Amino acid sequence: MAEVMLAADGTPLKRSLARALRRQKIRALGLIAPLLLFVLITFIIPIGSMLFRSVENEIVSNTLPYTVQALSSWDAEQDALPSEDTFQAMFFDMFIAAEAKRHTRLGTRLNYETTGLSSLFRQSGRKLDDIADVSYEPLEDLDKAWDDGETWYALMNARDGTDESLLAEQRGRVARLTDSETLGDINFAPDAEVAALLPLAAREYTAWAIYVATQDGRDPAARDPWEAIAPALALDLQTADLSGYDGPAADMLRAAQDANLPAPDFTAAFAEIDEDWGKRVPWETIKTHSGKFTSGYFLNAVDAQKTADGMAWQPENKQILITLFGRTIWMSMLIMCSCILLGYPIAWLLANLPMRQANLLLILVLLPFWTSLLVRTSAWKVMLQQQGVINDVLVWIGLVADDNRLIIINNQFGTIVSMTHILLPFMILPMYSVMQTIQPTYLRAAKSLGATNWTAFWRVYFPQSIPGIGAGSILVFILAIGYYITPEIVGGTKGVFISNRIAYHISSSLNWGLAAALGTILLVAVLILYWAYDKIVGIDNVKLG
Amino acid sequence: MKLAKTLMATTALTVASGTAFADGHMASEMTLVSWGGAYQSSQQNAYVAPYVEMNAGVTAVWDESSAEAVAKLRAMNEAGNVTWDVVDVVAADAIRLCDEGLALEIDADEQLAAAPDGTSASDDFGDLLVSDCFIPQIVYSTTFGYRTDLVGDTPPTEVCAVFDTDAYPGKRSLEKRPINNMEWALLCDGVAKEDVYDVLATSEGQDQALAKLDTIKDDVIWWSAGADTPQLLADGEVIMGSTYNGRLFAAIEEQDQPIGMLWDAQVFDLDGWIIPTGLSPEREARALDFVKFATDTQRLADQAKYISYGPARLSSAPLVGQHAELGIDMAPHMPTDPENAKNTFLYNYEFWADYRDDIDAKFQAWLAQ
Repeated sequence: MAEVMLAADGTPLKRSLARALRRQKIRALGLIAPLLLFVLITFIIPIGSMLFRSVENEIVSNTLPYTVQALSSWDAEQDALPSEDTFQAMFFDMFIAAEAKRHTRLGTRLNYETTGLSSLFRQSGRKLDDIADVSYEPLEDLDKAWDDGETWYALMNARDGTDESLLAEQRGRVARLTDSETLGDINFAPDAEVAALLPLAAREYTAWAIYVATQDGRDPAARDPWEAIAPALALDLQTADLSGYDGPAADMLRAAQDANLPAPDFTAAFAEIDEDWGKRVPWETIKTHSGKFTSGYFLNAVDAQKTADGMAWQPENKQILITLFGRTIWMSMLIMCSCILLGYPIAWLLANLPMRQANLLLILVLLPFWTSLLVRTSAWKVMLQQQGVINDVLVWIGLVADDNRLIIINNQFGTIVSMTHILLPFMILPMYSVMQTIQPTYLRAAKSLGATNWTAFWRVYFPQSIPGIGAGSILVFILAIGYYITPEIVGGTKGVFISNRIAYHISSSLNWGLAAALGTILLVAVLILYWAYDKIVGIDNVKLG
Repeated sequence: MKLAKTLMATTALTVASGTAFADGHMASEMTLVSWGGAYQSSQQNAYVAPYVEMNAGVTAVWDESSAEAVAKLRAMNEAGNVTWDVVDVVAADAIRLCDEGLALEIDADEQLAAAPDGTSASDDFGDLLVSDCFIPQIVYSTTFGYRTDLVGDTPPTEVCAVFDTDAYPGKRSLEKRPINNMEWALLCDGVAKEDVYDVLATSEGQDQALAKLDTIKDDVIWWSAGADTPQLLADGEVIMGSTYNGRLFAAIEEQDQPIGMLWDAQVFDLDGWIIPTGLSPEREARALDFVKFATDTQRLADQAKYISYGPARLSSAPLVGQHAELGIDMAPHMPTDPENAKNTFLYNYEFWADYRDDIDAKFQAWLAQ
């Protein structure tokens, strides 16, 4: 057996070599680290977080935590409305959400699923005080001291023991609702005894105190609580056993209990605010979309929807996205093919002309490339429209009748023509740089061996130029699939792409979840096509030069 | 080491001075967001330039991003870095920004100027305060223009001419969205004006509107930018088309194109300011100070010298004078002029806030058929 080979310094050669290699690798990694970090921070993380919106759906359970909890026991199959408890939970959830201006945001979210919920939430938010007043006004009449924040603070603030779990729970509730930090000193902690005696009131007061202290930066000891505290107290007093209680406001509480402080009938009160609350539709929508993650956006992205009974197709007169996906891919292929057909001869010419002429021609190829995209697209509008240059010329030479001008814009033809023109340089340049490396001697050799011009081209030249075609095709196809300005301007109704809908949902409807789902599908489609290309042609066969 | 100390000291000083002056002090730079073009220059002339002149040291920077304002503001808010101070948006966007908590709520009587005769701001703006966050500037309308030389001897006088391809053959341009088009379609299909939104709220009503639009589908060029229709009219590509009344005014009066106005069933809409939430106190104070000045009675009336949009205040109407360059009376060109406003339609914000997504999906599916 051979001895272990040693390096000059006595360590085994194998280890020494590995160490040297590792050092080299680390150095290489160090060199590309800035770029890697840059790409990670400015590209991968933002795109990842944008795409994550396609499944993220925390807004429902963050805004209406108790309602979602109460709805989980509601059997949507049965024909009844949710229980009074659910309406009650909805009131307290909505009240704080309306103070935080989050209920309208939730309304916008749910309106994507069920038309009408946007204004239902917006208008209901304004009328919650009416429900609270059912309890608040009698309480105020009973004793003016209830109108004073100090009474409440004395009652609720911890004396002997603190209900830490309630405090932590409510901090979490407010944090999730407002999407902000709620830690830190708030100058309040719920009293354990009162929290056990008056659970609902203590819960709502604690949430209020946390909200005022962390969101408004005010001291809860010096502020009056929201009116929602009164119905909470009224509900608690219906069952509370006050006999053993002798803390602050004990007499006032007993007086309120003796006077049977009225609590709102939440089911009826909500139906009075808006009759839609008395229907099953809004509740079903909330229940169906209450999960922290949802498949709803992806279903919407393929013309389906999430319903209480699982997946269902959209009504036929709303189905459009699958058509658009198909059209986008089909038209991008067409554009890619026309770029190949037009670009190949030019690239060949560029590669085979003497340097001087080739450079001039190259500048002509690049010139439109340096012009603004909008200018080029608008120029096509001037060219193609019915009173445009092409039609005018055709009419002038008599090929087309004046009253029967060609329609070559605001349709698929317009999109294909202008996008082919815009993307042509991306096809020509990789082809040109690959063709430049093909030795002219090969063609001459083929011909001297008896091949015809065509055979020499097809059997010798063309196969060597395929890597250029591949690179150009991938570039053009991927660029085309994501285009939206050009289709928007010249595409009319039949020449628009899925990207136009993505743009609409990003900037107009603000349905970013759906936009993210559409974007994810587009990305996956491109990756699949790339994979297919690799299988069929081989990605090693792609060359940019 | 010394440098680091100096740096820290100055930073601490700057921070301290920043907080010390927070109360009552206003930022000296503000970024205004608007639509560009003639509208933005009317704002620049009518109140931004005077404001900057009055307040020495204040600079105003324009950003022409109003078309994407809602999406951009949401993104800025999520990133925690709002770079805009005052944003010009249409009322529907203001409502959405308010719903999303992205715009500051304004107490009109407290924070906006009263009319010269003492009428409170909320009475002076009246119903135009469609959202708690919205500070109205102008009333504009979406209406039709037609080529005077292509319509023959009987120029159209009512909106249903758009659907009458026998009397007025040729292409029409309509906006590539359901809003306004659905209403016009129903009006011209025999639905009474007061019932339009009730009908449109039903699935059958939506089908009815699309069926009416279907009768002219092959004759329509769909636009997405306000400048499209004036251009299409000027090129003779279309015989009539819808766009904003100010664009048509510019084409007719300033560029002398053979275009006529069809005011019938014009749809009123509003444009105004919002102030984003999440500004520092100094910037917010500056923004509030600016909008109070920019939306007072005289300033809104001044704006009408440069563009044919109606001032949003009642008290501004009598002060509307002549065009700054053309010297023509502006009142007859206002969408609110009694002669033009014989038959008008008010954009229903609540309705479209609810139905926009639903009807838009149907509309786009119909377009793609």
